[in-house]
Amino acid sequence: MLAKRIIPCLDIKNKEVVKGINFEDLRSAGDPVELAKRYDGELADELMFLDITASHEKRKTILELVNKISENIFIPFSVGGGVSEIEDIRDLLNSGADKVSINTAAVLKPRLIDGAAKKFGSSTIVIAIDAKKIGDEYIVFTHGGRKNSGINAIDWAKEAYNRGAGEILLTSMDRDGTKNGYEIELTSSVVKSVKIPVIASGGARDAKDMEEVFVKSDASAALAASIFHYENSGIIPIKKYLKSKGINVRL
Amino acid sequence: MKKKIAIIDYGMGNLKNVRNAFNFLGYDAEITENYKHIENATHLILPGVGGFKDAMLTLRQKGLIEPIKDAVASGKNFLGICLGMQLLFETSEEFGHSEGFGILKGKVIRFDDSVIPLIPHIGWNDIEMSKPVKEFNGIENNSFFYFLHSYYCAPEEDITAAVCDYYGKFSACVKKNNIFACQFHPEKSHTAGLALLKNFINN
Repeated sequence: MLAKRIIPCLDIKNKEVVKGINFEDLRSAGDPVELAKRYDGELADELMFLDITASHEKRKTILELVNKISENIFIPFSVGGGVSEIEDIRDLLNSGADKVSINTAAVLKPRLIDGAAKKFGSSTIVIAIDAKKIGDEYIVFTHGGRKNSGINAIDWAKEAYNRGAGEILLTSMDRDGTKNGYEIELTSSVVKSVKIPVIASGGARDAKDMEEVFVKSDASAALAASIFHYENSGIIPIKKYLKSKGINVRL
Repeated sequence: MKKKIAIIDYGMGNLKNVRNAFNFLGYDAEITENYKHIENATHLILPGVGGFKDAMLTLRQKGLIEPIKDAVASGKNFLGICLGMQLLFETSEEFGHSEGFGILKGKVIRFDDSVIPLIPHIGWNDIEMSKPVKEFNGIENNSFFYFLHSYYCAPEEDITAAVCDYYGKFSACVKKNNIFACQFHPEKSHTAGLALLKNFINN
């Protein structure tokens, strides 16, 4: 039976992992390859790298990093952050990424999804959606959550699916960083609207939050960042808990 | 005899990750579209992601169909991965009807989207081993492997070495003489996948 996936997310800035790293036994806690190896050893099912480097050196440094990761990690991994052209996708895939995640550029140029899916296959294209509840509607925000696009998030997920996206990475901006658990209503609505896997993101505090999102929304995967960066909530204990609750995970 | 591993390049999918896995295991592996290298290899790998029809077309254009058939017939160790497994069969349902190598009897069928909610089958699924083949040495039964596909192989002969369950059982691995092929990606399947690749190269 297909397992539910647990995906650690690593934010990369100037070749270093940023955001709440607290591993005492890593020589360089901020080294993405070291951290990726650690997660690989802890049975992460997949890794998500989000490049938030702002400099114009960005392209070169991220490609070098992707190369190095692919030489050391033998589980699938996605790379995102500032992907705006077909060439960006091609370069990342050629450097060893299994999937590329696209956010703002897909909203600005939806046909990028069709082109990318046709050229590289749907399975390599992840559409990242940052959604925020305004009134009783979920709205898509772009540019790292700074701009209101005015687009309904459920409609956008359906459109991305119809244009050939292979997966949806759905982040609740209301929950992100709060540790109040995943936004079930949003996740569930998107899961019901598309026939591709949905990765829930934003708000995870512990294994119970993951159990809740799998049971109540039937998301295919749960993504989190900071909770994995601490020793006491490693991936294996989380998976053991999920298994004890009858959720199929790879152990 | 020194092992010469050749990964057949026909412009489909990420071959680098297959080579990375062999390099990580301590073996050199060459990505090649040269028929002489295929002829000289001791271990041949046909990887692949993408469309069945395009793959066969590209292999034909590159003049690789006969060299690959000859290599398989000569008894070389042969590993087909994902699309590289499917191509070994006679036909695929993709775009109506496409012809494969026809080295293995059977066809390639699309998952039925009237009963399966999510296609492609993407993620980690466990396999149930049904034959004690050397490629499984040291790998526990029901280990998880990484799958990514919308079509699966339906062999006509009794060559299935492991099955996988995705809304029904399908052939996850086949073994016939010198041929081993798997629907999952061993190069992306963590320790179980690496062990399988190592078993393929050894003896």
